[in-house]
Amino acid sequence: MSVGENPCAGCQEATEEQMLAQLDDVLAEYLDTPGALIPVLQITQSIFGYLPESALRRISVALKKPYSEVAGVVGFYSFFTTVPRGRHIVRVCMGTACYVRGGKEVLSALKAALRVEVGETTSDRRFSLDVGRCFGACGLAPVIMIDDDVHQRVRPSRVPQILDQYRTGDD
Amino acid sequence: MIKLTVNNVPVEVPKGTTILNAAKKAGIRIPTLCYLEGLPAIGACRVCIVEIEGVYALAASCSMPVAEGMKVLTNSRRVREARRMVVELLLSEHNGECQTCDRREDCELQSLAAELGIRSISFQGEKTRAGVDVSTPAVMRDRGKCIKCRRCVTVCNETQHVGALWPQSRGFETSIGPAFNRDLSTVACVQCGQCAAVCPVGAITERDQIDEVWAALDDPDKHVVVQTAPAIRAALGECFGYPPGTLVTGKMTAALRRLGFDAVFDTNFAADLTIMEEGTELLTRLKTVLADGEQAALPLMTSCSPGWIKFAEHFFPEMLPNLSTCKSPQQMFGAVAKTYYAQKLNLRPEQIFVVSIMPCTAKKYECGRPEMNGSGTRDVDVVLTTRELGKMIRGAGLDFAGLPDEEMDAPLGLSTGAADIFANTGGVMEAALRTAYEIVTGRELPMDNLHVKPVAGLEGLKEASLTIEDVLPDWSFLEGATLNVAVAHGLGNADKLLKLIASGEKNYHFVEVMTCPGGCIGGGGQPRFTTNAVREARIAAIYREDEGKKLRKSHDNPDVAKLYEEFLGQPLGERSHKLLHTKYTDRSVPR
Repeated sequence: MSVGENPCAGCQEATEEQMLAQLDDVLAEYLDTPGALIPVLQITQSIFGYLPESALRRISVALKKPYSEVAGVVGFYSFFTTVPRGRHIVRVCMGTACYVRGGKEVLSALKAALRVEVGETTSDRRFSLDVGRCFGACGLAPVIMIDDDVHQRVRPSRVPQILDQYRTGDD
Repeated sequence: MIKLTVNNVPVEVPKGTTILNAAKKAGIRIPTLCYLEGLPAIGACRVCIVEIEGVYALAASCSMPVAEGMKVLTNSRRVREARRMVVELLLSEHNGECQTCDRREDCELQSLAAELGIRSISFQGEKTRAGVDVSTPAVMRDRGKCIKCRRCVTVCNETQHVGALWPQSRGFETSIGPAFNRDLSTVACVQCGQCAAVCPVGAITERDQIDEVWAALDDPDKHVVVQTAPAIRAALGECFGYPPGTLVTGKMTAALRRLGFDAVFDTNFAADLTIMEEGTELLTRLKTVLADGEQAALPLMTSCSPGWIKFAEHFFPEMLPNLSTCKSPQQMFGAVAKTYYAQKLNLRPEQIFVVSIMPCTAKKYECGRPEMNGSGTRDVDVVLTTRELGKMIRGAGLDFAGLPDEEMDAPLGLSTGAADIFANTGGVMEAALRTAYEIVTGRELPMDNLHVKPVAGLEGLKEASLTIEDVLPDWSFLEGATLNVAVAHGLGNADKLLKLIASGEKNYHFVEVMTCPGGCIGGGGQPRFTTNAVREARIAAIYREDEGKKLRKSHDNPDVAKLYEEFLGQPLGERSHKLLHTKYTDRSVPR
């Protein structure tokens, strides 16, 4: 595909209106599908990066689900978030192995470096901080994941350096 | 048929019956908490667990179907211990404030703890976080008291199709409420109070306004009048130990007088007035369409039930022109009391204080609607539920059973049987037909004992057709016409009916909707606990009250006739329009 063919070439980010239009297309597709709520929420979160109220209201109307139910499902699953997320998701493993090998200290270092609590996003929207329960890499403990990258045997002192790798580039 | 034993008692039940109902048939009561008769069982609370021989895990009897040869034990040591643990766990996090709780006299959780002999709680831990939602006029929520049984979620969604309540968050943080734990005022809640009617604890209640009434009664500058809705007389007795379906009209009147009200009046009077207005409105709309060939919104839909009105405003705004413009009887009463009656006493509207006793929580909301001030001031000042009146009477130390039967006061206390039946599903329809048919034909409604049987009773959606013949000359356009009517009670049924009408699948001339299952006798403010058997008993009592009256048709009410003669002019006249009619607001927002 040449650059000219990409309708979004040169765009910074889709506007909310564009994203809502995209959501409407998704909803049209799922209108009469039973059990559509969760897949629609997943797609919506991938469009917006989070689940804004405007989108949830639209989903509630289109799928004929009470808004309270939509909100209940969003609140039930930790995967869903109603607050905007950072461009990079930092997840600290708090599984048993990582915990005993210093995961807690790594988390403290991340909180200090990013100046956010767990579940929060930095004011420049670069990073969001989360914890997880075992990433399945116990031999490499303690582990953190930033987006899809696994960082192994993390020492608290190395945290600023690791984060710096995500502070360069186009964002 | 499936054969099984419950506590060694043999019992035979149809396939698909739950263990709970099979045990009931065997005469064995299994304690329940989240279970609601007639609604899908969700097995959330685990109080109804039983032991099944040969099965390792205890089963929730409310949702477990019977199987051939099953041997069920409902009271084994294992069951008793497990059940006690379940309730102790509930108690351990219940932030109950039991000494001051609204439900301290009839808390189901407390009764259950007593029944299971719980004297101490084995578990120590965090309590549910307290938080009170007083954002709406009618319904209060106290999340600390909520035990997450989800009865309210079931009625709000399954029975009423409102969907204001749903479990939010997860685990210990779970709370039952509107989206994202916001206040009830931020969502489409119709204030019907069916959630409060089924809550086993004090987590959802009506807003207690007893002290506001005492304050008015203590104020020497106020002339305090009270009106009682038709459904109260068939239910108030339950607050004093009478069986459901006992009529206590006379004692109720005596009690109200002894509480200090300056005049004891009847919403029934205003129900007769409503029929005069709404019957005329129906005939006018029929004439517009059938005789003049012009446009008018049909079917006409009744407007007595404020939860239904708010439901239509939220979810069916396109049908608002179909709603009768008549105010509800409560509001008609208030407007008349503060004008016609005030003038008789040489008082200003502000000097009259109108208290309503209603089976309803939504009436608390309705009286505060800004347009409900036909008299120039707020027409109805305070609404108490049947339950609140019961508390007030007991609080005053009155011996209810020992009270004499007394009559209501004139001029707003006289009513016909047609007004009584406003309390029952199908009743407003029947009352309207009794009058409209007679206006059009000059003859009495040709039905056994004036009852429109097809629209009575607890079936959710009911319809009837009435062919009109030999009409009076003024109504010749109705000669041979067949009038089709429908009745729905419970907003879930109303939702279904309105969708049938909107799709064109059904065509009616007149539709009655009542918010609560069974009609007002099953209202959100009635004594707990309202089962279908209780509904039926109250409905039968109301029909007895109707049949016992000399006058049974609203247009025969001499005091209503006098009101028109002395004050209002004629139905749908200018003064009626100002005092007795209203308008509606599109409140459509996503649910």
